[in-house]
Amino acid sequence: MALFRFLNRIPHVPFLRFRRQAYTFSALLVAASIVATAVLGLNFGIDFRGGILIEVRDQSGAADIEEMRGQLGALGLGEVSLQEFGEPSDVLIRIQSQEGGEDANQQAIERVRETLGDGYDYRRTEAVGPTVGAELIEAGTLAVLLAIGAILIYIWARFEWQFGVCAVIALLHDVISTIGLFAIIQHEFNLATVAALLTIAGYSINDTVVVFDRVRENLRKYKRESMPQILERSLNETLSRTLMTSLTTLLALVALYFFGGAIIRDFAFALIWGIVIGTYSSIFVAVPALMQLNLRRPADKKEEAPAGP
Amino acid sequence: MIHIATWKRVLVILVCVLGIVYAVPNLLPQDQVDEWSESLPSWLPVNQINLGLDLQGGSHLLLRVDYQSVIAERMEGIADEIRTQFRQEDIGFTGLEVGADGVALTVRDPAQAEAAAELIRAMDESVAVTIGEEGALSVAYTEAAVAEVQNNSVIQSIEIIRRRIDAFGTTEPVIQRQGDDRIVVQVPGAEDPEQIKNRLTTTARLTFHLIDQSTSVAEAQAGQVPAGSELLPSRELNEAGEPAGYYVVRRRVMVSGDTLTDAQPTFDQNNTPAVSFRFDSTGARRFADTTSENVGGLLAIVLDDEVISAPRINSPILGGQGIIEGGGFTVESANELAVLLRAGALPADIEVLEERTVGPGLGQDSIDAGRVAAVIGLVLVVVFIILVYGLFGVFAVIALAFNLAIIIAALTALQATLTLPGIAGIVLTVGMAVDANVLIFERIREEVRNGRSPISAIDAGYNRAFTTIIDSNLTTLIAAILLFSMGAGPVRGFSVTLSIGILSSMFTAIMVTRLFVVTWLLRTRPKVLNV
Repeated sequence: MALFRFLNRIPHVPFLRFRRQAYTFSALLVAASIVATAVLGLNFGIDFRGGILIEVRDQSGAADIEEMRGQLGALGLGEVSLQEFGEPSDVLIRIQSQEGGEDANQQAIERVRETLGDGYDYRRTEAVGPTVGAELIEAGTLAVLLAIGAILIYIWARFEWQFGVCAVIALLHDVISTIGLFAIIQHEFNLATVAALLTIAGYSINDTVVVFDRVRENLRKYKRESMPQILERSLNETLSRTLMTSLTTLLALVALYFFGGAIIRDFAFALIWGIVIGTYSSIFVAVPALMQLNLRRPADKKEEAPAGP
Repeated sequence: MIHIATWKRVLVILVCVLGIVYAVPNLLPQDQVDEWSESLPSWLPVNQINLGLDLQGGSHLLLRVDYQSVIAERMEGIADEIRTQFRQEDIGFTGLEVGADGVALTVRDPAQAEAAAELIRAMDESVAVTIGEEGALSVAYTEAAVAEVQNNSVIQSIEIIRRRIDAFGTTEPVIQRQGDDRIVVQVPGAEDPEQIKNRLTTTARLTFHLIDQSTSVAEAQAGQVPAGSELLPSRELNEAGEPAGYYVVRRRVMVSGDTLTDAQPTFDQNNTPAVSFRFDSTGARRFADTTSENVGGLLAIVLDDEVISAPRINSPILGGQGIIEGGGFTVESANELAVLLRAGALPADIEVLEERTVGPGLGQDSIDAGRVAAVIGLVLVVVFIILVYGLFGVFAVIALAFNLAIIIAALTALQATLTLPGIAGIVLTVGMAVDANVLIFERIREEVRNGRSPISAIDAGYNRAFTTIIDSNLTTLIAAILLFSMGAGPVRGFSVTLSIGILSSMFTAIMVTRLFVVTWLLRTRPKVLNV
């Protein structure tokens, strides 16, 4: 019935044979991410650093960014950056957090509006003061750490501890490399990026759990097979589901990236990367790591045994 | 698994029907829905999804009430009282200092310290007076009093902010207290966010003072301001943007704006904009007394430490009404001042901690872009699924349609707010929603390969995929819920749609698709399964 069949037979890809290469690649990726984040730093958006963001549209058509830069640079507001945003008429103005208390940002916004005059539509104005910025950093970090902790506890409760550790290793791998990617390409790191990180964490675990579930089942089903054989079998049996889900999710995200508008683009970009790296890590990091951790066969527990012969 | 209990069937169908009923109003234009809501029976839902400020345009402001300024001001007042009362009671003192949260002084004769402390306690019940060595006194608010000042300032500010925003006549502003000293204000569809900010942060304390005619402005500017007077700038600005002039004003408040009962924009005899006002009986009496006793003097009208004007008192004003003129009013600014005076003065200074404003143009653009992305994403996923799974793909796609309807219905029924990241959450759900179906279908395929009959393969497929679906979705749900608790603006919208999406896709995959598959299976009884 179907026009084409996607992995019609269970494949026999010897995934574990590539595990040394995968470890090397992942170790390099994580190391590079940490170094990049430490050296280059993250390009924090105003959510965390405080400051002002104004999106304007030139009513007369294409905006003259150079002229605007000159006008705004003369105000002495510190670091002011302008960039075209989505369309030639739209300009994103970022201004550093203003010294002198919470109201200083508001005064700076007023001066920008006076300076630019009436020829612009103010499409978006965001100002975050120093207090709120610090609070958002705290809330964001806390949310990511709590999410990882809660997921670890959940997996721990449902599986052997080795599964929990491996799932979290894969998850950290995904989260760290996403942060590293943002450090390298210097895209703005803001609240939406944190939301993307949490979604990636959720997705990464989701993907890993499906494979682990199968490992657990096969451990009971194929008592004669060695651990590597069982892991490889589980990976292959779930491979078509892993790829299908990643592909459908990627299709939706690609649509979001290209058609969802400029504001959402970085967010979609982070998620696309997260899905790709999350799929990779479930197969090449989480499962091989299980082997290293000396996972033992569980004694037959009735309540966990699946139904059927 | 092949047999589905009747109550389950009924439940599934009921949920799907409800989903569609609640979702439908969102597909129609607003006026159509309004028309319906009048003609249809009232039990039918006619609500539409609440759009977040980033989609409909509007202002989100996080304000802080600077209650410390209130305390500092009260301390100023206590210091003034100490000066006058101690003089009257003949208590000598030195080193009177007013800090941000207290007053310190030393009584010359330590024997008088206790009497002095008693006198101060009588001025303000909320203060604690500590007597130190050699007549040193320190005056501060008790912790409970500080908490009360804070609480009252926030409550009063919310009330006054509400009155001021209501004067815009805009629809459904949100004004909420957050934490100890913060207020969140959300005004949807704001045309001019700057005006909103100005209206919220202007204290608008109107006071009437006498001008100190014992000295000149020039002398005061040179630093010789008489005790009990102060130098204030004019509210009107000159062309360079500086105050047009200065006044030496007596500190003592003759009449204060909290006794106003009404204020309206009007025009003076020269036909320039002005503001008329009316006092209550207390204010009227004080105003009458002040003007009777000071005929020929100058009465300064002061708003937030700026002098609007200082007209000469030609004759006593007894009617309790007056007009504020001069001060360079425009029609708008006179109107604005009237609004502020009617709403009352804020009890404390207000700071803007965070602002997020979206213009109506960008909001609409975001809605359009989100809609296009959702439709294209949906089409891609649908085509892909049907290509891969054939008939079962069609089942999954129908389930996906119900899934979307249920998500939209849930958002509508809960009156949750749909934000741009929320739309992203829905698009992401569309991609991930098929996951549960994929898990089941792949499982069925495997069972078919293992040589099972169609019915037994489907049965086993659903059974075995079930725990996997629960495990994998619950972990994502954990992340989504934490995201919600982190609770920052639009991102919260994302976690809401993601959570609802996870729950509803579990429901549709496990219950709805199964209903289709089982019904199809029992009706056609296929010999071979082509999953």
